[in-house]
Amino acid sequence: MIAMSTMLNGVLLGGLYALYGLGLSLTFGIMRTVNLAHGDIIVLATYLALITTQVLGLTPLMSLAVLVPVMFCIGYGLQRLILNRTLKDGMMPAVIITFGLSFVIQNGLLLGFSADRQVLRQGAIETMGVTLAPGVTIGVFPILTLAVLLVMIFALQAFMGRTLLGRAFRATSDDPATAELMGIDGKRIYGLAMGLSFAIIAVTGVVMGIRSNFSPFDGPARLIFAFEVIIIGGMGSIYGVLAGGLILGIAQTIGGAINPTFFQLAGHLVTLGILVVRPSGLFPETIERD
Amino acid sequence: MAESQIVTPRPYARTSSAALPLFALAVILAALITLPFWATGYTQRSVLEFLYFLALAQAWNLMAGYAGMMSIGQQAFVGIGAYGLVVMAEDLGINPFLTVPLAAILAVILAVPVSWLLFRLKGAYFAVATWVIAETVRLTVNANIDWLGGGRGRTVRSLGQFDRHLREDLGYWVALALAIIAVFGVFFLLRSKTGLALQAIRDTENGARSVGVETRRTKRIVYLFAAAIAGATGALIYIVQINVRPDAAFSINWAAYVIFIVVIGGIGTIEGPILGTLVFFFLRDMLADLEAWSMLIFGLIAIMMMLFAPKGLWGLLNTHRPVLLFRTARRLPERFAAHKEGE
Repeated sequence: MIAMSTMLNGVLLGGLYALYGLGLSLTFGIMRTVNLAHGDIIVLATYLALITTQVLGLTPLMSLAVLVPVMFCIGYGLQRLILNRTLKDGMMPAVIITFGLSFVIQNGLLLGFSADRQVLRQGAIETMGVTLAPGVTIGVFPILTLAVLLVMIFALQAFMGRTLLGRAFRATSDDPATAELMGIDGKRIYGLAMGLSFAIIAVTGVVMGIRSNFSPFDGPARLIFAFEVIIIGGMGSIYGVLAGGLILGIAQTIGGAINPTFFQLAGHLVTLGILVVRPSGLFPETIERD
Repeated sequence: MAESQIVTPRPYARTSSAALPLFALAVILAALITLPFWATGYTQRSVLEFLYFLALAQAWNLMAGYAGMMSIGQQAFVGIGAYGLVVMAEDLGINPFLTVPLAAILAVILAVPVSWLLFRLKGAYFAVATWVIAETVRLTVNANIDWLGGGRGRTVRSLGQFDRHLREDLGYWVALALAIIAVFGVFFLLRSKTGLALQAIRDTENGARSVGVETRRTKRIVYLFAAAIAGATGALIYIVQINVRPDAAFSINWAAYVIFIVVIGGIGTIEGPILGTLVFFFLRDMLADLEAWSMLIFGLIAIMMMLFAPKGLWGLLNTHRPVLLFRTARRLPERFAAHKEGE
């Protein structure tokens, strides 16, 4: 029973981690640079949801109607106005800019909201649980998270596989110069990819804020989990994100069941182990390029 | 025999204009060495901090600016050096000041297997993997080893055997030695054959490999050098601060401050990190009472520098007339230069 409930909890936690990884995987796969502010932007989205709920009186899930388009525009603007200017100099400028951005967001949130932990209130669903068997109870909201994740993964997969724009995304990922020759505006694609990533982050941030409390400095840990999901799953693979999230979640809960202090450590060790055995992850889809 | 046909570009010949910087350097060094005899305790502690940040910045700059290894995990080696100090001084009874070079060796020994893992990764993967490794070490020390004091850490009690002034002066001189080793170590490394290889890697890694540069070996030398500097710095920092806690010793801030310093000063030069450390300390002093604001402003400055002055302040100073304090650039032999003009 304990083993089963540990596995189930790992799977449910993994759903949240896969959400963290989904937005990062998208931009990482297309632009090949890592957004070091990814975790802080998740936390920023949670605080924006907090403001939206307080000002407009919406529930957190309803606030997504405002938040998703707003975040899309922020992401699109960030890429087109700032990150696109440095593309010709390789990946280092983008890494340093997003690293700087990470400190700006953390300390900006600290100045605006203090270091107190906050929480998004969605109501009864937060604490509802389903008892599957004696001693095995799982939360309704974590199941909902998993469902949201699956819907987004299938939608993203269909978008990338079946639409013209999705094909342009994949072409730019494989070979931006040739894609450009075919009439694809690479800078616009990068902007849209970052916007889409930010829209996914908006959903991620709200889900995170309902599931647990949050504070301005929670971002870096979220970035590390997101990155581990991609390392395990393989760069550019959307289904890999699901696999990576589940493996990371299960590794952490098993580690935590052995000894509470092994919780995060077990996840890191599994990630490093994957890097040793398969440096490009379990299901890599992108083409190696410099 | 093929060796004789290779024209090795020479470092800039020393001209009379080099005499002035050399004189200035001698004056600065003399002032720094004698500083404990004439400066206040506050100044001495500030300069000490300046010196170890300079050492960390030079090492990171060599790694990121020349070898293209964008690490955000040097805090792993700072923390390893700090815990090296604790174990060697407290449990093995070694003189705390002697643990500084030993911590450098310890960091190198641990950096070798880490480099096997890291060097299979490229670019952004490399960057975040360095951080994951640093976090793994922190969590291991933090929670699982009672011997190291867990999350509360341990205190270096054996430092009590030294009089406070003696401890501060010795710590200061060790920091000065470390900074000198870092600056001139980078300088002489860049003037050597390895330095030529490094500058080729900086310009184009694939190109360098295609003309026979052993990129992997060259990068490993740099990575181990940077680990040694970070390890020694870690031991030194906690000789001054005495109480070692995992959260502080393995803090991402060690990487963050150093990245801000190098980006402000100018990446890929020796002068840049020196200028960057000076500016960083000036700004930090001005914003001392506003910690959140200061980190926010450093983040903003890093973004602005990358957008508008990617070569840093030193690059801005150098746009019109090159000032060469540290001569590491090389000149093509005459006949190649003439050939180029004829094209």
